[in-house]
Amino acid sequence: MVTANRTWDGVVIYRTAQQGWSANLSDAVIVRTSDEARTLLGEATADDVGAIGPYIAPVELKDGGEIKPGNLREHIRSEGLTIDLLPVPA
Amino acid sequence: MYAYDELDRTLINERVSEFRDQVKRRLSGELTEDEFKMLRLQNGVYLQLHAYMFRVAIPYGTLSSKQLRALARVGRRYDRGYGHFTTRQNIQFNWIKLAELPDALADLAEVGIHAMQTSGNNMRNVTSDQWAGVAPGEVEDPRIWSEILRQHTTLHPEFSFLPRKFKIAITASEHDRAAIKVHDIGLRLYKNAEGETGFEVLVGGGLGRTPFIGKTIKPFVHGRDILSYVEAILRVYNQYGRRDNIYKARIKILVHELGIEKFAREVDDEWKQMGDVGLTLDHSVIEEVRSRFSYPAYEKLPHMPDELKQAAHDPLFERWRRNSVFPHKVQGYSIVTLSLKPVGAPPGDATSDQMDAVADLADRYSFGEIRVGHEQNLCLPHVAKRDLPQLWKALDRIGLATPNVNLVTDIIACPGLDYCSLANARSIPIAQELTRRFANHDTAELIGRLHINISGCINACGHHHVGHIGILGVEKNGEEYYQITIGGRADEGAQMGTLIGPAIPYAEVADVIEDIVEAYLALRDRPEELFVDAVKRLGVEPFKERVYATR
Amino acid sequence: MPLVKQGRITTDLFAHVADGAELPGDGAILIPAARFLEDPETLLKRAGKVGVIWPNNRDLDELVPYLGRLAAVALVFPSFRDGRAYSQARLLRERHGFDGELRATGQVLRDQFVFMLRAGFDTFEVRKDSDAEAFASTAKSYSVFYQPTGDGRLTALHRRMQLRHSESAGQ
Repeated sequence: MVTANRTWDGVVIYRTAQQGWSANLSDAVIVRTSDEARTLLGEATADDVGAIGPYIAPVELKDGGEIKPGNLREHIRSEGLTIDLLPVPA
Repeated sequence: MYAYDELDRTLINERVSEFRDQVKRRLSGELTEDEFKMLRLQNGVYLQLHAYMFRVAIPYGTLSSKQLRALARVGRRYDRGYGHFTTRQNIQFNWIKLAELPDALADLAEVGIHAMQTSGNNMRNVTSDQWAGVAPGEVEDPRIWSEILRQHTTLHPEFSFLPRKFKIAITASEHDRAAIKVHDIGLRLYKNAEGETGFEVLVGGGLGRTPFIGKTIKPFVHGRDILSYVEAILRVYNQYGRRDNIYKARIKILVHELGIEKFAREVDDEWKQMGDVGLTLDHSVIEEVRSRFSYPAYEKLPHMPDELKQAAHDPLFERWRRNSVFPHKVQGYSIVTLSLKPVGAPPGDATSDQMDAVADLADRYSFGEIRVGHEQNLCLPHVAKRDLPQLWKALDRIGLATPNVNLVTDIIACPGLDYCSLANARSIPIAQELTRRFANHDTAELIGRLHINISGCINACGHHHVGHIGILGVEKNGEEYYQITIGGRADEGAQMGTLIGPAIPYAEVADVIEDIVEAYLALRDRPEELFVDAVKRLGVEPFKERVYATR
Repeated sequence: MPLVKQGRITTDLFAHVADGAELPGDGAILIPAARFLEDPETLLKRAGKVGVIWPNNRDLDELVPYLGRLAAVALVFPSFRDGRAYSQARLLRERHGFDGELRATGQVLRDQFVFMLRAGFDTFEVRKDSDAEAFASTAKSYSVFYQPTGDGRLTALHRRMQLRHSESAGQ
């Protein structure tokens, strides 16, 4: 997959099959060869206004097709912090 | 406190307008990310894993209660209700939106706070001793000089695109709380034999990939000449600092490659050629800046008020007082450190509610003033001793009375892989686990002064090299591993720690630190021998043996 | 590429002459440093004006002997992030008294105009038309300056001291 951050608010986004972006990992388009990945990255990089710093990241495909982050960094980007924060009153 | 005048206010407002226009051009596509990146960095805006991060300067660590409330408001309005105090007297917000940043900056500008040059290859926030102006035995208040340097280095037309970032720290006390030896320029203020104020100037210190202790480039530079001398150093660095390799671009590498003697000659040549370029600080100019710092009208108070005598019967109060209350230069007053290291929490974080509460307490008990130190704690610098028991109760209610200042759980940690796009490994969960392991304050007190510093990558934002125990996160085959060093220190006797052996996996770090601490307790020759002194006496071997014998 | 000189978009009267390219018979030229230094005396005898394009990593001492006879010096920003030419500009203006045209070339963008003006540049080869058009307004985006440079603008400290004197004189 190709991931980046959205320019106006910095939110984590994933490149979709419709040549757009989504904040949901499940919408990400998955490619299997390095050529496909490079093509996808090229398209993503062309959108300099919408996204910052696109790069190719690994994913893990579960049985049934569910997409999971392929490493700890992507896990944290997708699922959020692994730590306990100070309690912030609502 | 330093009071902004109309000129200071105009300048930061002009800066906000400029950045508002730059953000607008970025969002419309007129500026590419490549062009915009340096502009946002120069306004303290990074891109991290989840969002933009916004770093705000707290020059020389001094804040008014009004300013702290403004920071709390930014945390609440534009972020997620908290902020993170860093090792360089800055505060960071982790979830801010680029589109809202100009508004956040405008809100802060109203109270004289800015984010200029908190990132980028320019001169960063000039830091100083968080006890400046109140520490007993201080030569004079170093913040006057910090402010002179802050102004001089702000939007400097020649030095805003240096080879790499540039950090200056100043101390005016014998005990260095500003870590001047690990800065690009470290300034130690003192008076020479003639009684004139000046500086020992150190250059080329720094941590990161290639750590160096700063070297003395000139043993005494007269106060009136400090701007021209710093300008000469910067000019030599701007022209000759390496720009071919980001990892070799800091001034420490230039100093190392040329050698301190040759580098000093280059600077001296430049300094002599400068002549009079309007940088000499005559007495009236220094007094002008000094006059805009205000000091509290202290009362004449007893050394040992009744309130304190009574409260001494409460062992919990006494423990906190012994740990977190420090001597003040004025009789009857104390400096109080507020630990931002409660058990199980991220080091250096404070919620907006806590910030508001601290601002209120500062108004009531500390002449409206708060300080921020490089250990990622806060400080109330002018507390009347008679108020200590009341203050303690109030701090305890908001979770800011953990009696662990300078102890094993007073951990310095960078944000690590939970937030940071540069990190290889997590820092905060390691710190959190360690605070749980050493949660018993009696044990921590028994262990005594022990600084643990954690960095999630080689960039060393957690200053792991100079921790008594340093923990550095690295990545091995996609797993988090940690290298452990011992014997480092950041003060006037600054030195780098020594690696004890191969890196260890995430799950074993807390066990290993416990082993090291147990080894120290068994090996110290008396309870007063600090961990770092025991390491100096014994070397790393006995600790290494303890850690690796069973692993 | 638009040229801004003395605050206005204008026609560039200097021709950039590349290494190895033939010199025009007359007319003003900007010539690379190495080529200039091969035979400076002959070049300086030309009828047309001569300016030199000076790289940001070359010692200015080599250029100083000729400054009085040069119409222009062009300094180079290979990237806007490379700030060496700011030091060169200040040295040329403030230490060596160069009063000819001081031109910024390379990646010259709007957001560096103020720094460049303060360092002594008066002419700008601007990358983007929109930046050139915004020159005048951008140059006015700051009214307060903390450092003294050769551009003559009063520093904040100076203004404060003046204010102090006028206040104490009025008492």
